[in-house]
Amino acid sequence: MSRFRLSLSALMLSLVAGAALADATLLNASYDVARDVYKDYNPAFQKYWKAKSGESIELKQSHGGSTKQVRAVADGLEADVVTMNQANDIEFLAEKGLVAKDWAKKFPNNASPYTSAMVFIVRKGNPKAIKDWSDVAAPGVQMIIPHPKNTGNGRNTYLSAWAWALKQPGGNDAKAQEFLGKLLKNAPLFAAGGRDATTTFMQRKMGDVLITFESEAEMIAKEFGKGEFEVVYPSLTMQTEFPVALVEKVVDKKGTRKQATAYLEYLWSKEGQENAAQNYLRPRDAELLKKYAANFPPVKTFTVDDVFGSANKAFAAHFKDGGSFDQIYASK
Amino acid sequence: MKSTRATQEPAWVRYTLLSIGLGFLFVFLGLPLVAVFVEALAQGVPVYLEALKEPETASAIWLTVGIALAVLPFNIVFGVAAAWAIAKFDFKGKSLLITLIDLPFAVSPVVAGLIFILLFGAQGTFGPWLSEHDIKIVFAVPGMILATMFITFPFIARELIPLMQSQGKDEEEAAVSLGASGFQMFWRVTLPNIKWGLLYGVILSNARAMGEFGAVSVVSGHIRGETNTLPLHVEILYNEYNAIGAFAAASILALLALVTLVAKTIVEWRMKKETDMLNTVLAPEKT
Repeated sequence: MSRFRLSLSALMLSLVAGAALADATLLNASYDVARDVYKDYNPAFQKYWKAKSGESIELKQSHGGSTKQVRAVADGLEADVVTMNQANDIEFLAEKGLVAKDWAKKFPNNASPYTSAMVFIVRKGNPKAIKDWSDVAAPGVQMIIPHPKNTGNGRNTYLSAWAWALKQPGGNDAKAQEFLGKLLKNAPLFAAGGRDATTTFMQRKMGDVLITFESEAEMIAKEFGKGEFEVVYPSLTMQTEFPVALVEKVVDKKGTRKQATAYLEYLWSKEGQENAAQNYLRPRDAELLKKYAANFPPVKTFTVDDVFGSANKAFAAHFKDGGSFDQIYASK
Repeated sequence: MKSTRATQEPAWVRYTLLSIGLGFLFVFLGLPLVAVFVEALAQGVPVYLEALKEPETASAIWLTVGIALAVLPFNIVFGVAAAWAIAKFDFKGKSLLITLIDLPFAVSPVVAGLIFILLFGAQGTFGPWLSEHDIKIVFAVPGMILATMFITFPFIARELIPLMQSQGKDEEEAAVSLGASGFQMFWRVTLPNIKWGLLYGVILSNARAMGEFGAVSVVSGHIRGETNTLPLHVEILYNEYNAIGAFAAASILALLALVTLVAKTIVEWRMKKETDMLNTVLAPEKT
């Protein structure tokens, strides 16, 4: 019976997948809103690779929540490369031995080809005059964010506010924790994820400010219209990175190391960088950043490594059980 | 009309209760269905059709239908066999078997999906062996078929057991005593007796197979154009701020559900007709 089942599955597979005609196939496991980025990037790379090596290459995409995606890769999803929106997630794969321990050094810029920043989205005309983190924490303001303990969006917001509070005159960890306590009181709920938070804010019209990625603001505009909201840049916010890595175990097994490496390196090429800029992600290329300056107003940012040492250290101090987030909630 | 008054509430009570019931049905079942189509068609029919033509959506539709078709034969064979054993025979551990069949109803679909990851995932029990022999189960179509099979397994058996029990085994015994072989007995006596119940079970398990989200989501890997079924595709499009695409895909699922409902109604009607006919034929003999 099991042989019959297997052969039937194989038949299904061949029906569904079709015959692979390409010289090589790469699977890119990515976070859930990255589709637009790679929709244009993949054909560009195919053309580049064909011209360079003569090989035609098939590119497949898998999208989902960042953490769910790396779990799947650890459990056997055969992705050649991972392109994520959180360093912790790639760290997780490094701990499992699927990704090189020094993955962040394998590519330039901390292996993050583009960046974004955490920004405020407020209602048209900014009726509550929200300009900076202190305004978000003011009494009577409602803030919509996803849960800081288990979403990248929420964590970035939390750490941005923490870093801002540290940089205030006389700022220290105790004061930052106190400030976060005030800030989190203004959250009437924690959304399940980035998309959920957007729906709560834009469709259900809850809250005065939504905190999310700068790049996400453009997606919101695409669906809900540009005139519906305004983007506010706080005086200090986090530069969020989008780290990429080779899944060593998979490329060795499939023999795709050369192609996969080229796929990731090409993200730093002019074409790759321009594609990121067109998708409202801040390119690393200074010239292109200037060219698209209208989309990327200057903003003072910090990186997690600067303020918290590393993504893992930040996670351990603030979001692990008993970390600062739990302390704030226990005292509430 | 005086005679009915004793057993009937006043008209206003009846109509209020009726309108509450119908209103509740409309708000909870009708409105969401309408909303799906309104959202899908929000920017006009051409945009809607364009969203459906998207190759990834098309492949999701075919994958969904394909998985349902792959699962059904197994469910039919196992469902009939299990119902047969339980309804027509007495043996030790029968109640245990019934409990086992109900297991997929009791287990959360996400847990069901995780079971397959734990068994066939890279870090799972059979993971290393599968990887050595280059057999992919999870994050590929076979795993999705397995997960769907697990979730939809009880539907046919559950539908057939009460039916077969009520029919008893007299007719089968008569067939055997008249010299029918096992297969003849099944084909000529049992199957005609249960065919509408079987069809009903097939429709229910088919509906569930096409709509399954939780278990399939865990084992899918979400590779676009390859392991993305319609329900998964709806979620991912929605998360990408592609509301039209998401609701267009959802409308296809809703249409599949409506087709199922119609089929179900027809089968129910036929079942009733057949039993009524049987009753009128048998009634004089019995008295």
